[in-house]
Amino acid sequence: MPNLPPKKEIFLTGLWKDNPVLRQILGICSTLAVTNLMVNTLVMDAGLIFTVCMSSLTVSLLRKVTPVRIRMMVQTLIIASYVIIVDIMIMAYLPDISEALGPYVALIITNCIIMGRCEAFARNNPPVASFIDGLGMSLGYSLVLIAIAFIREPLGFGTLLGIRVLPEGFVQWTVMIMAPGAFFTLGIMVWILKYFRPQPQTGEEKG
Amino acid sequence: MDSINPLTLFFAAIFTNNILLTNFLGLCPFLSMSRQKKSALGMGAAVVFVMASTTALNNLVFYKILVPLGMEHFRFIVFIVVIAAFVQLVEMAVERFFPALYFVLGIFLPLITVNCAIFGASLFMVIRKYDFVQSLAYGAGSGIGWMLAIIAISAIREKLQKTAKLPRGLEGPAITLIITGLLALAFLAFSGMIRVQ
Repeated sequence: MPNLPPKKEIFLTGLWKDNPVLRQILGICSTLAVTNLMVNTLVMDAGLIFTVCMSSLTVSLLRKVTPVRIRMMVQTLIIASYVIIVDIMIMAYLPDISEALGPYVALIITNCIIMGRCEAFARNNPPVASFIDGLGMSLGYSLVLIAIAFIREPLGFGTLLGIRVLPEGFVQWTVMIMAPGAFFTLGIMVWILKYFRPQPQTGEEKG
Repeated sequence: MDSINPLTLFFAAIFTNNILLTNFLGLCPFLSMSRQKKSALGMGAAVVFVMASTTALNNLVFYKILVPLGMEHFRFIVFIVVIAAFVQLVEMAVERFFPALYFVLGIFLPLITVNCAIFGASLFMVIRKYDFVQSLAYGAGSGIGWMLAIIAISAIREKLQKTAKLPRGLEGPAITLIITGLLALAFLAFSGMIRVQ
């Protein structure tokens, strides 16, 4: 790509304009699973940001020596290596949260966003731009996760980050902690966004 | 954990612990492939087969190879490679021996490698310490549960496209997510019938 948009542009595109969750509906498996507690969400976000940035950087650095035919396999292995690092780190320093997140940390590997960025951006672009692209995309993803957790935790438990925010008498909406609550919250968020900023159908959502 | 009957596990994986509706796995293909009943059926069938086989296969790989070698931490990479290799192998076998079947399922097979439900089933298998038969039952059950959910949603979406007038912005992914929420709510009615965890 000869004329690359400025770095700030790349960053903002991922953060908001093409937000991976709300706009492209990518990588929502883990989005929904961990968002009933804010603490879990934050840890998951940190892991994801690290993985996306580092694997975009690595894929971009190796882009000239990777044979085109086996690039998917190479990318998967790169991503998997970083996820193993994240998993071991969380297990070592935050054992309780590691227990609560269960297999979802490992599922970062199959998170479509990472593969999507490697495939769509990092394999054709220089390392620094790829890193920034990854940062923007993963921060955009994190923002949405935090927003969902911000709705689900108070309504489901009456707390935020474990601190009580709603009065004792508040009847907890058990449904918000469980699966349906996550689907409703994300569905309504996508709806509101599309209502105010309609966009032409961009074809396939893949995963 | 050893006391769980594989048959119980099988039904639990379909109904009370549906991998899509309670664990949120396999949502990406679920949203993009559920526009038509026909493609939902093809995708569902492919998932059932691959999930049952790879969960059992990964169980063997984990307990017979990785644990004796003390390499449990590499299970993520190994599982992904096993799944990718298995899918590739099945694709070649089906193309060679059952061309008619390939015509129906062929296009769905490559998509399965990136289906998080397949990988997720293998991870749950390790965390919950299932043995070989339990893994097979769990994998098959999860696959059938996933297929059930995607067929249900595609039938609803087909009807919806013909008849409903949706408000601006709600069409497409938003309404699908909300319907999925309702479906998950309906499946909650099964919970408590079987306890596995």
